[in-house]
Amino acid sequence: MALQFGGPGPAGANEEPALIGGSFGASDAFPKDFGYGEEEEAELEGGSGPGGGSGVSGVAGGGPGGADSKPRILLMGLRRSGKSSIQKVVFHKMSPNETLFLESTNKIYKDDISNSSFVNFQIWDFPGQMDFFDPTFDYEMIFRGTGALIYVIDAQDDYMEALTRLHITVSKAYKVNPEMNFEVFIHKVDGLSDDHKIETQRDIHQRANDDLADAGLEKLHLSFYLTSIYDHSIFEAFSKVVQKLIPQLPTLENLLNIFISNSGIEKAFLFDVVSKIYIATDSSPVDMQSYELCCDMIDVVIDVSCIYGLKEDGSGSAYDKESMAIIKLNNTTVLYLKEVTKFLALVCILREESFERKGLIDYNFHCFRKAIHEVFEVGVVSYRTCNHQASTPNMKVVTHNGTPRNAV
Amino acid sequence: MPSTAMKKKVLLMGKSGSGKTSMRSIIFANYIARDTRRLGATIDVEHSHVRFLGNLVLNLWDCGGQDTFMENYFTSQRDNIFRNVEVLIYVFDVESRELEKDMHYYQSCLEAILQNSPDAKIFCLVHKMDLVQEDQRDLIFKEREEDLRRLSRPLECACFRTSIWDETLYKAWSSIVYQLIPNVQQLEMNLRNFAQIIEADEVLLFERATFLVISHYQCKEQRDIHRFEKISNIIKQFKLSCSKLAASFQSMEVRNSNFAAFIDIFTSNTYVMVVMSDPSIPSAATLINIRNARKHFEKLERVDGPKHSLLMR
Ligand SMILES: Nc1nc2c(ncn2[C@@H]2O[C@H](COP(=O)(O)OP(=O)(O)OP(=O)(O)O)[C@@H](O)[C@H]2O)c(=O)[nH]1
Ligand SMILES: Nc1nc2c(ncn2[C@@H]2O[C@H](COP(=O)(O)OP(=O)(O)O)[C@@H](O)[C@H]2O)c(=O)[nH]1
Ligand SMILES: [Mg+2]
Ligand SMILES: [Mg+2]
Repeated sequence: MALQFGGPGPAGANEEPALIGGSFGASDAFPKDFGYGEEEEAELEGGSGPGGGSGVSGVAGGGPGGADSKPRILLMGLRRSGKSSIQKVVFHKMSPNETLFLESTNKIYKDDISNSSFVNFQIWDFPGQMDFFDPTFDYEMIFRGTGALIYVIDAQDDYMEALTRLHITVSKAYKVNPEMNFEVFIHKVDGLSDDHKIETQRDIHQRANDDLADAGLEKLHLSFYLTSIYDHSIFEAFSKVVQKLIPQLPTLENLLNIFISNSGIEKAFLFDVVSKIYIATDSSPVDMQSYELCCDMIDVVIDVSCIYGLKEDGSGSAYDKESMAIIKLNNTTVLYLKEVTKFLALVCILREESFERKGLIDYNFHCFRKAIHEVFEVGVVSYRTCNHQASTPNMKVVTHNGTPRNAV
Repeated sequence: MPSTAMKKKVLLMGKSGSGKTSMRSIIFANYIARDTRRLGATIDVEHSHVRFLGNLVLNLWDCGGQDTFMENYFTSQRDNIFRNVEVLIYVFDVESRELEKDMHYYQSCLEAILQNSPDAKIFCLVHKMDLVQEDQRDLIFKEREEDLRRLSRPLECACFRTSIWDETLYKAWSSIVYQLIPNVQQLEMNLRNFAQIIEADEVLLFERATFLVISHYQCKEQRDIHRFEKISNIIKQFKLSCSKLAASFQSMEVRNSNFAAFIDIFTSNTYVMVVMSDPSIPSAATLINIRNARKHFEKLERVDGPKHSLLMR
């Protein structure tokens, strides 16, 4: 799966440092092959395997890459800016303190996570110093198939050099593929005071955009995020980056809105379970704390399921069709998690009194789940017809949900 | 009612920076691992009283480990420090460059214990194991354990490898407090009955504040031998995330096609976890069973009270 890009041959170029394989803290135990069991057969799952058509694959490719190119996310930045750490923490459940052991990356590391995650994309971890003039480095090819380029800047370090490289990189990339999203992670902000964070963001924003203006690249839009692997900010930033690559997003939001308003739910997130990225939420504002709590709930559910929910010989999977969880807090808050697809879970926040009508919620959820499955099947079609707009499946949900069974 | 409380003195010793204050802050004061970086060196002895299971009070003596303090403990403060000790916890920094000196202090400590509290239980924690490469951990721990056992003679010591960054800390502290809980057999017997009646695969009992496992009963073989400390760690972390929202964790139900687990407030001092694998038993039934058992276990705790005070005299 891991190929060395631009190298002489595809063999054995996996850049994963030896240590990582065995270094997951036991409490973070998350089987590497985490996912559904093999015996999956249901509607969506059938089509979303590697190379299959449903997920977001192909749809958000961006650029003229063609239907078979996966939407790619590139992770770039200077050496030691934190790229490998981000990738390990977000997609491989490494605990942040373990990143101290990461060795420096000196080759492009293609991490294909499409087997374990809904998000069918790749992280390309570039070594810090990259030479655009190296003839073996076919950057045009890389940029052409890229959906988003994430540039990581170490905010705890002097960032002038990083800004220079940022400018060179994005302007090259923009020339090749102007459709690409440019995302700047101002990273390691855990060491900064709140004031310092804002000041750093303002400064980087200003300088980067000035450079672009000087080069006549005003149209190139950079988005900025303050991130750290020591809290949820990195997951939140990744969520936003990924959401931009999901063409079905408006449909998903719409479905979520309908679902929660008919079920007395306050907030609902559709999560990619393995990475805790939320790929959609209803349109009420997101408050960080609720998102964090939902992330933590997913951790608890998966960790507990890894302990008690596998078969006796350790086979099977922690997250499966019957996965669900209910957590109650003392302030009448209820967190409710349900399986949606092989990779996705719905996490809802609601009041205890609404939860008394669990039958209604479950019925609405059933409709919601069905609609989601249809959306992603339709997603393949809509790629071909260039029509990502809300189509029939969610209309059906409206009618179902519009006539809630009050019997409960 | 402090008068009926049963106080147990617990000494925490080890060289400066070995991680004593860090671990007690995580177990008893709801710190997360990262927060411990802000801790300063402990000056002399810091006392804290931790109420545990209602009427057991752990009297923690966190003894700052800088040389000058250490020398004092063995000389002018000797009696004061080493008298009436129930448990000595000695913390070794696995990365320490002064092994010899560490061992020297440890032995001085044992000597003083032998004189003043010969019945004290001794725990050695080989700490900061996260700093050791994963594949080296077993080996290094085995070596240290052997050395410590040998050097401790004629006293017995129990050794644990620990790190504030994973669940090993909970394993060690669970074993430590287990030593201190009165009537733990009675608790275990009742837990067994309960588990059998409700047809659970496994039942765990946690102390409510620390989430340390204080008792468990297993009816069905389980795969993961580290599961108790993992569950402690998992739930404690979640409890801390809830407190960020000024809420507190009350109960949870988690299931997939192979199991259902219920964690719920049990008595005024405990949480219980019930693991079921029979899918034909509905959640509601198990929840009712837990509720019914509550009264019984509550009584059990209350009966314990006067007995303790008797023991005190
Ligand atoms: N890597 C790692 N660091 C740890 C661990 N436990 C504690 N530390 C760090 O070690 C440092 C010292 O910890 P303290 O708890 O203050 O040490 P202490 O034993 O109380 O020291 P004195 O009070 O001077 O005796 C802190 O910066 C902790 O964050 C651990 O398990 N692993
Ligand atoms: N304080 C802090 N350190 C970080 C963060 N992310 C990464 N690091 C540290 O930065 C160092 C370099 O990270 P690495 O991922 O190897 O950088 P790369 O060269 O860009 O792949 C490691 O020691 C990480 O532990 C962060 O968010 N905060
Ligand atoms: Mg790297
Ligand atoms: Mg201290």
